[in-house]
Amino acid sequence: MIRLVPRDQTSAAWQIATPLLAVLATMIAGGLLFAIMGYDPLAAIRTIFWDPLFGPAAGYSRPQLLVKAAPLILIASGLAVGFRAGIWNIGAEGQYIIGGITGAAVALAAYPAEGMWIFPAMVLAGALGGWAWGMIPALLRNWFGASEILVSLMLVYVAQRVAAWMAFGPMKNPEGYGFPGSRNLQQYPAASNPELIAGTGAHWGVVAAAAAVLAIWFLMSRHIRGFHIRAAGLAPRAARFAGVRPETLVAFCLGLSGAFAGMAGLFEVAGPAGQITDKLGTGYGFTAIIVAFLGRLHPVGILLAGLLLALTYIGGELAQLTLQLPAATVQVFQGMLLFFLLGFDLLTRFRIARRIAA
Amino acid sequence: MTAEAAVFRAEGVGKSYPGVRANDDVSFAVEAGQIHALLGENGAGKSTLVKMIYGLVKPDDGRMTLNGAHHHPADPRAARAAGVAMVFQHFSLFDALTVAENIALGMENPPPRRELSARIRQVSQDFGLPLNPARRIVTLSAGERQRVEIIRCLLQDPRLLIMDEPTSVLTPQEAELLFATLRKLADRGTAILYISHKLEEIRTHCDRATILRGGKVVDSCDPRAHSARELAAMMVGGEMRPIDRSGRQAGKILLEVKSLSLPAPNAEGTALKSVSLSLRAGEILGIGGVAGNGQEELLAALSGEVRSAPGTILLEDRDLGATPPQARRRAGLLAAPEDRLGHAAVPDFSLTENTLLTAGPRKGLVRKGLIDRAAARAYAEQVIRDFDVRTPGPSTAARALSGGNLQKFVIGREVLQAPRVLVVNQPTWGVDAGAATAVRQSLLDLARGGAGVIVISQDLDELMELSDRFCALNEGRLSDPRPTAGLNLDEIGLMLGGAHGMEVAQI
Repeated sequence: MIRLVPRDQTSAAWQIATPLLAVLATMIAGGLLFAIMGYDPLAAIRTIFWDPLFGPAAGYSRPQLLVKAAPLILIASGLAVGFRAGIWNIGAEGQYIIGGITGAAVALAAYPAEGMWIFPAMVLAGALGGWAWGMIPALLRNWFGASEILVSLMLVYVAQRVAAWMAFGPMKNPEGYGFPGSRNLQQYPAASNPELIAGTGAHWGVVAAAAAVLAIWFLMSRHIRGFHIRAAGLAPRAARFAGVRPETLVAFCLGLSGAFAGMAGLFEVAGPAGQITDKLGTGYGFTAIIVAFLGRLHPVGILLAGLLLALTYIGGELAQLTLQLPAATVQVFQGMLLFFLLGFDLLTRFRIARRIAA
Repeated sequence: MTAEAAVFRAEGVGKSYPGVRANDDVSFAVEAGQIHALLGENGAGKSTLVKMIYGLVKPDDGRMTLNGAHHHPADPRAARAAGVAMVFQHFSLFDALTVAENIALGMENPPPRRELSARIRQVSQDFGLPLNPARRIVTLSAGERQRVEIIRCLLQDPRLLIMDEPTSVLTPQEAELLFATLRKLADRGTAILYISHKLEEIRTHCDRATILRGGKVVDSCDPRAHSARELAAMMVGGEMRPIDRSGRQAGKILLEVKSLSLPAPNAEGTALKSVSLSLRAGEILGIGGVAGNGQEELLAALSGEVRSAPGTILLEDRDLGATPPQARRRAGLLAAPEDRLGHAAVPDFSLTENTLLTAGPRKGLVRKGLIDRAAARAYAEQVIRDFDVRTPGPSTAARALSGGNLQKFVIGREVLQAPRVLVVNQPTWGVDAGAATAVRQSLLDLARGGAGVIVISQDLDELMELSDRFCALNEGRLSDPRPTAGLNLDEIGLMLGGAHGMEVAQI
């Protein structure tokens, strides 16, 4: 018999080891799954985790890594702040969509004007849109005690309907021959979010993601607000004693993560996606939750986890093309990753002991 | 002490934890009909020893016998089956259930409810513990809740009853009632192992005392033949330095609380009802009361965790009613709550980080929102040095400190900020005698320096020792203060008693 014995102090070594173990276990379990489905497991794992970076088509897929990682890291940075305080924003996907819409609205309203101010104004509008969408669950929690988990999650579906309405209605491209979707911002230089250095995939969203990582590192380790956030997550009464108002913290955390998600949405709409469509949300907001936890809610961890999850996106697409693996593969992989991470996380707080015969 | 009469016997019992020898070669015996005190400072090994007897911890070496039979319980269930019962300091009762339902939950094979209620009535009558089995726990006072725990034990008909600091939640009258019960129980042949810090009650009520220090039995004596001071000296292994109350002068009024009323923060909380008090410079005001009568709520109202109406809290004529905690600290009103882990300190934070919880404004540890880590660390080191906090260093997590050491840190963190007024709740709760003296002396020194101090405590000896004036909190109401000098325990008991104490007071 084995049993779990609580540790006196959470193990620092396991804190680092469990994400790595989770990745390993995902590869093994994923490989088994592929084998059962009749694919060569080694080839599949290599296609997903190795080929995007070093395979024959790496020249195309490598820049994609930053394109996919940027929104994940930007959103996860915001989420991690709230998660540290025990404030659970599950609706970053919705804030991402609304941010994309409000940001694009500035561009579509300005069209066809030219000016240096347009793109910064779009970023600001995107952040504001995401912030506002995040403030809905914050205020409902502060005023009525509504669960921010449920409200933020449900608002994702509202946001998706808003995106569909925009794509088919108010934002439809008048020169689009009746097709749904807005003007393509990539063809509107003042409003586009281009690749900054050719061949790297780096657009303004990558810059923002890097800045976000630095910003939350500074906030959480150097600023008293970050200290209060950590205190509130670990010991809410002690935080109140120190002068933290829970309501302020809820508004701050949901607002911040909403603003980051909204910005990520804008960078996507103005860059890789190019336009508002009814398929604006691609799941970054949900995957970012995995990134935040896999990265241990730590800026550096989030950076690495964001790159890894981006890899599974690209590798999964590659595996679809070359091995005809089903499209759901990526989601299964990401799900397994979170599952194993949470499972192995038990080991940071408990150790396994053999039961001594009574 | 003959071998035949001993109900419980420990011989050379030892237990080690990583880095600590919690118990070392402990031998003692509890005889039938004896109330046997287990005395010792915090960390002396009392709780480890008791946990071994109750099957919560396994001894590394030595042997224990119960009624002459080998006693090595694998878990508390086995210990109970062997005849050991224990009343813990903290109750484990479900508020929403009745007395009988709670007792049934703790039994292996509960009898039908009607039969159980009859037995509860019977036992409570036999031992003079008035208790109605149909009452819900939520309606009971702390003393009555303890009776539920005791009756739960008595229904097992134990050979050995262990009581862990049972009087800390009782009024003096309730405590007297408890001792009457214990004596009746002892007279029927039950052995009782009694753990307490309160030397006076051990002297009055116990037949035998075993004194632990550093995990070892250092002495065994008849407590009735020794003074409290001698017992304390055995516990700490040296003379206790008496505390110095001298050199204080009452000055101008620093803090005024005027008709402070606040609703109960939650279902278990207590509403504050028109609380008024005034505190002078150099003065220590003692606030007594049985736990759960508004102590936490009063501290929260003074610390600023809960805001109150304008004009209810005045510090040197400045209205602080609506002022948040950090601004109150800046103004000079500081507080140290009762609950060290999770309220006064964040358990997972280092001591350095824990200074930032309260000392930011007055010690310049935070400037324009930026944390000055070096300054925080230096302040943590200062508190550790000046208050003799035993810890490897300021990077140690708060949870790794013993209760007494963390308490010294928490009090030190506030005292060294040189407050105008300091409010403390249970400053020496669960703290060993040496540390308690140090904490009390630091409060007196603070008052000598011209600050005002409010001590909220359930330890009457402590309040008598420290305070110049005494008042009692009862169901959220604060009595008028009376000078401590000349107040006797009976009068205090009546001040504390209020509604639920009256029936007890008549016995």
